[in-house]
Amino acid sequence: MGMRFFGASVLRKEDPALLTGKGRYVDDVKLPGMLHAAFVRSTYAHALIKSIDKSAALALPGVVAVLTHADLPEPMRSRRLPLYVPHPAIKQTFMPWPLAKDEACFAGEAIAIVVAESRYIAEDAAALVEVDYEVLPASIDPREAILAGAPLAQHGATSNIVTQVPVKIGDTDKAFANAPHIFREQFAMHRGGPFFLECRGVVADWDATAEQLTVHASSQGSHRFKRTFIDLLDLADNQVRVITNDVGGGFGPKGSFYVEYAALAAATIAVGKPVKWIEDRRENFVATQQERDQYWDMEVAVNEQGKLLGLRGKLVHDGGAYVTWGLVLPWIAATSVIGPYVLPNYQLELIVAMTNKITCSPVRGAGRPQGCFVMERMMDRIAQELGLDRGEVRRRNFIQPDQFPYKVGLIFRDGRPVTYDSGDYPKSQQMALDHMDWENFRTRQEAALKQGRYIGIGLSNAVEGTGLGPYEGATIRISTSGKIVVFTGATPQGQSHKTTLAQIAADHLGVDYNDVSVVTADTATIPFGMGTFASRTAVNAGSSVHLAAIEVREKIKKIASELLEVSPDDLELKDGAVEVRGVPGLRKTFRELAYNAVGLYGFSMKADRDPGLEATSYFKPEQSTYANSCHVAEVEVDIETGHVKVTRVLVNHDCGNVINPMVVEGQIVGGVAHGIGNALFERLLFDETGQPLTTSFADYLLPMATDVPNVETLHTETPSPLNPIGVKGAGEGGTIAVIAAIISAVEDALRPFNVRLTEMPISPERIVELVLDAKHK
Amino acid sequence: MPDIRKISVTVNGKRHEAEVESRLLLADFLRNTLDLTGTHVGCEHGVCGACTVMVDDHSARSCLMFAVQANGKSITTIEGLAQADGSLSILQEAFRQKHGLQCGFCTPGMLITLTEHLRDNPDPTEEELREVLTGNLCRCTGYQAIVEAGLDAAAKMRASKAEHA
Repeated sequence: MGMRFFGASVLRKEDPALLTGKGRYVDDVKLPGMLHAAFVRSTYAHALIKSIDKSAALALPGVVAVLTHADLPEPMRSRRLPLYVPHPAIKQTFMPWPLAKDEACFAGEAIAIVVAESRYIAEDAAALVEVDYEVLPASIDPREAILAGAPLAQHGATSNIVTQVPVKIGDTDKAFANAPHIFREQFAMHRGGPFFLECRGVVADWDATAEQLTVHASSQGSHRFKRTFIDLLDLADNQVRVITNDVGGGFGPKGSFYVEYAALAAATIAVGKPVKWIEDRRENFVATQQERDQYWDMEVAVNEQGKLLGLRGKLVHDGGAYVTWGLVLPWIAATSVIGPYVLPNYQLELIVAMTNKITCSPVRGAGRPQGCFVMERMMDRIAQELGLDRGEVRRRNFIQPDQFPYKVGLIFRDGRPVTYDSGDYPKSQQMALDHMDWENFRTRQEAALKQGRYIGIGLSNAVEGTGLGPYEGATIRISTSGKIVVFTGATPQGQSHKTTLAQIAADHLGVDYNDVSVVTADTATIPFGMGTFASRTAVNAGSSVHLAAIEVREKIKKIASELLEVSPDDLELKDGAVEVRGVPGLRKTFRELAYNAVGLYGFSMKADRDPGLEATSYFKPEQSTYANSCHVAEVEVDIETGHVKVTRVLVNHDCGNVINPMVVEGQIVGGVAHGIGNALFERLLFDETGQPLTTSFADYLLPMATDVPNVETLHTETPSPLNPIGVKGAGEGGTIAVIAAIISAVEDALRPFNVRLTEMPISPERIVELVLDAKHK
Repeated sequence: MPDIRKISVTVNGKRHEAEVESRLLLADFLRNTLDLTGTHVGCEHGVCGACTVMVDDHSARSCLMFAVQANGKSITTIEGLAQADGSLSILQEAFRQKHGLQCGFCTPGMLITLTEHLRDNPDPTEEELREVLTGNLCRCTGYQAIVEAGLDAAAKMRASKAEHA
């Protein structure tokens, strides 16, 4: 059959509701008798909690309950949040208590929950809860936190080093011993936070009669939330249902299970009514996880031609107060350094530090931007030192198209060796450079400089492990009305799953994609799910829908062939019915077939039939699939004010087969905007005691419409051999490489001052400082 | 004791009488009292623009206004933008055609801001649209498709006006 919807830029099924105010975000959920919660949060980065006086809060009219750790139900009270990504190398697995027990480890940590008739009253009462603290010394800078004698970030820790692991390819010492050129750089990188427009939120509803907990949550994976409630409360599978409807952005940190959610469950159990908590923006700045800092001290060795001989050094990663994501983030960074280049020898000492700051979580890109930044900045340095064009140095180091599958020599975060499945990196870069007229930029730059304008160009390549396992599932069911529904645990936050998954199913079932409903992230509809993160849904859920749809199609043909007494091979699916090819009118509708498939009350079913027109598939990728991109950016720098105007960005992106080009384009362009924020604006600041200094959008700047250029895109399609639909992830590719490209372009614009940039983001103040320093030399 | 005031507000052409606490934000009045949840609250300090509504024909942040300040005024929210027959407005349709929304959370504010701007500036440049949109944050789209939707809607509105002239 022809592919009709796969590959087409069809309009989104999500849009009509969202454009008319009929979306259903968590704050839109209103249940009878619902109460509202607010949290009492630690005002110190590190403190012992000596006592809590809730009497004044409880005396306020409208206040229903105030719960502290001591008031939590068992077994939740005796359990810290579970760690779902353990690793043998993690020596100290500190996870938070559902409400701080006797120690607060970051400013903003939840200590008590107040439940009241309105959010207004709950906030009034939260301010009346008196917490008596004994302030402890805090560790804030991860580089200092790992030194002997630094204040311990947690009571009971032996040091602030969560883990220290070596990463190794080949024999780096030998490579460096014989290298003609060795260059050293120290990189300081900051990733900021997610800053989705919709803050976090939960409505928890305990039905005491049925002993069932129903939770509406703004999440990136409702099944993982369900599992955590089960683990904290020792409930059976039927006792917890988690539903995620529309989500106003996630970008990584909405995938974490937070202490507030456990406290909401405790609160609804305690008061016997539904309780809603919607994070406000100030809380979002002090309690939602952030990606934050990495410091790399690196040396690169190259031969006379600029080919990589080895890379070595040390990475210090700021993990924050708890190890929720284990080694995931720094490990991705460490393995993403290699990118599209042949790196024969590599050695990294990876240190994860515990600090008294909000726990670190992956944010769009998840360590890959930092790994990419290290390698791409090194490439620029090599070019500069050897007097080569920046494109040429990269060209000399590319993995070639005939080297796939390419084994990098490391183990990825998915537990499998990093094995690139497909791509054409030299072509990708050449297309990008040609599009941007890279060759002639120097002429344009010189002309601009004569007018007193500082313009620059930069490029950057990235390879991105996407489509991580273990699986995602899909059940496709055609009910006796003939209507088709896809159920999946994938949990969209704007990625258009309800459209793209319908496109995949529609092709196999011979219907319009608008005739396929997609139900996401309701744990009552499909038993297992992982959710939407790590650019994994097209690969995992997409492949599951593909496989399940084929199974349903075959079932349809089988039943119809029996009823119509023809061979299944003579049948085709068309417009919600199955028809004998060439005999219009000789057909059975899905409605009739679904009716038949259910069976007749009391009658025997044929032995070779399973009830219902439905099928379930869980696609389990054998390893990650590797997308790639080449970014080229042009900027103009005002050397007086330090202002950087990003004038052009080009992305040549390869995510394999594309299900919906319009959607992929949207992901890339939006991802670039996020990366522009990381390159130029977004920095979370803390003072030396660990007090967050950026707690509003006036202190922490997100890119605005005037900060982002029209992003130009090119697409290379190298299908992945690792899944039946040949796709790779597209959600993060816009972000990863653009940061290094912009910083490279800013450095290029400042060529007359011979400035070297090894940090991200780069602020106007810093640019002015560097220019003034250079002028004074 | 809570300070309660009686207000009368017209929202999307429908008059509502209510007794509200004087500290109740207009955004909360619309969302919780009137159940018009299409207006979103993204920052509560007037920067993100998701809560933008039209108050007497001027866009305003409903998170920076008290409900009592809307007494006697006429308000339009995202629920009031569609055409009389329920079909999408030209601007809403342009958002759909150009993929001007992903998660949809900033969308109500974007639509109100642009509805107002296109009413007053029927032939805007890209730069003008980008400038006016600096009052609305979007984390998903990179703004490009929103700007395209605004330009597309403006062109269609002009064509429609010329046709009816």
